Amino acid sequence: MNALALGLDRTRLEVKMYSREKEAVFFSFLFPILLLALFSVIFSSQFEGGDNGGMTAARYFLPGMVAAGVILTSFQTMALSVATERDDGSLKRLRSTPMPPVAYFLGKVGLVAVTSVVQLAILLLVARLAFDVPLPSGAGRWALLAGVFSLGLVGGTVLGIAYSSLSTARSIGAVVIGPQLVLQFISGVYIAFTDVPQWLQQIASLFPLKWIAQGMRAVFLPDGLAQAEMAGSWEQGRVLLVLAAWAVGGLVLCVTTFKWFKRGSV
Amino acid sequence: MSTAIRLRGLTKSYGEHRAVAGLDLDVELGEVFALLGPNGAGKTTTVEILEGFRDRDGGEVAVLGTDPHGAPLHWRDRIGIVLQSSGGLDLLTPREILRSTARCYRAPRDVDEVLDATGLTEKADDRVVGLSGGQRRRLDVALGIVGRPELLFLDEPTTGFDPQARRDFWGLIRSLAHDGTTILLTTHYLDEAEQLADRVGVIAGGRLLALDTPADLGGRQQEEATVSWEEEGTRRRVRTAEPTAEVARLAARFPGEVPELTVSRPSLEDVYLELIAPHVTDETTEVPA
Repeated sequence: MNALALGLDRTRLEVKMYSREKEAVFFSFLFPILLLALFSVIFSSQFEGGDNGGMTAARYFLPGMVAAGVILTSFQTMALSVATERDDGSLKRLRSTPMPPVAYFLGKVGLVAVTSVVQLAILLLVARLAFDVPLPSGAGRWALLAGVFSLGLVGGTVLGIAYSSLSTARSIGAVVIGPQLVLQFISGVYIAFTDVPQWLQQIASLFPLKWIAQGMRAVFLPDGLAQAEMAGSWEQGRVLLVLAAWAVGGLVLCVTTFKWFKRGSV
Repeated sequence: MSTAIRLRGLTKSYGEHRAVAGLDLDVELGEVFALLGPNGAGKTTTVEILEGFRDRDGGEVAVLGTDPHGAPLHWRDRIGIVLQSSGGLDLLTPREILRSTARCYRAPRDVDEVLDATGLTEKADDRVVGLSGGQRRRLDVALGIVGRPELLFLDEPTTGFDPQARRDFWGLIRSLAHDGTTILLTTHYLDEAEQLADRVGVIAGGRLLALDTPADLGGRQQEEATVSWEEEGTRRRVRTAEPTAEVARLAARFPGEVPELTVSRPSLEDVYLELIAPHVTDETTEVPA
């Protein structure tokens, strides 16, 4: 079999394992959906009445939750699963077969693609049907959604795989989730980016999550809100450029640092 | 080509510690070869170099005619590796993981056949997390043989087995050997080596100390035998080069059965312990596992 067919087979296996792991399904797959529902209910009164141009809590938080979903299904899932597989010998076992290494990575990419697309679909459905959030209007916004979404996923996947080498299975959870939570708070996922102090905004700008969230705001929010951004506009072009740079840089990092065996074993 | 594994002057050091200090070894095709040695003897290092998982410092290595260092992927088509434990399979079933692994090989065994041979048919569709230790170990073996390897590496395969499970497992290994698979076995159990291996190599301190059939290792067959029996409430022992004559003399002296009669030669374990004794003082520095 060629690498592509094996990659497809690996994808099937990865999706099977993912869907059977309840913790993963809850904390990375359903989490943004639950948070969207929760935030929409909790903050609904703050958006009632006044002249806020039809803005609702659900519409306001949807871009952040889509961005969080991208990072959770790509970066978090990859960092956790690859670190675990390196430690428990799964990678060594795969390396002992004639499977081309690229098939393993294709399987990971396939897993991320399947879980993130399904997650996005559910997020949009819930937002639309339960909270009456208008879907993006016009081909331009959908194209931007596709661009930010896929570049964010590629970057998150390769960076997650590279990040997995930083720690062992025992502590990778803390090493991944801690910094990621901080980034979510300063990147405009849970708290409006405009409410974040400027120096923290600048720190957040060094990482991809801020750009994914900004891109998603450009997709889902009315253009009138663009002036509230750091640059006074959505900066769609810069968003795509920064995310592409992260994806390429992450790929190089991933390829140069990847290890099949756990530290000290070989 | 009749040599499955050929080692000449293999060396490997970890810092100051010489894990393998000039090892020569030939394993023939179709042979079951057992590598014995105390912890830190260089067994694992040697096997990992043969499997292509570890780089060597010096010497020549050929496994199925290919240098494992930088060997092409299709070389792995011809070897099977049973790792000390395969983790990370808990969420899958034996059938799922075997089917996916089989796809990586050019001419794999039939998955149902492998499940049957390893006694896992009944558990084929249960999650691996629910399998017993012995069943998991058999799954490891199933993963090692599903690619129809010409050469199988078995690393301490029966550690933690109960006696019946070990007997069953030995049967499986014998049937693989019978089908022509060359097997390199590392083990701590001398009875296992005695049961399965055509030849045994004892290594310690990174060197080969002895190499022979289990029956002849360390000149066992040439050693004097010990004839022992009970007489007047005490154990009597005679060491002799002619045990048959001794037994005949005893048979003439006693009216019926000679009480508690045994004739024994040094066991493989006795020979082994004597061989490695000089190497297990303070030199048992653990190599990175």
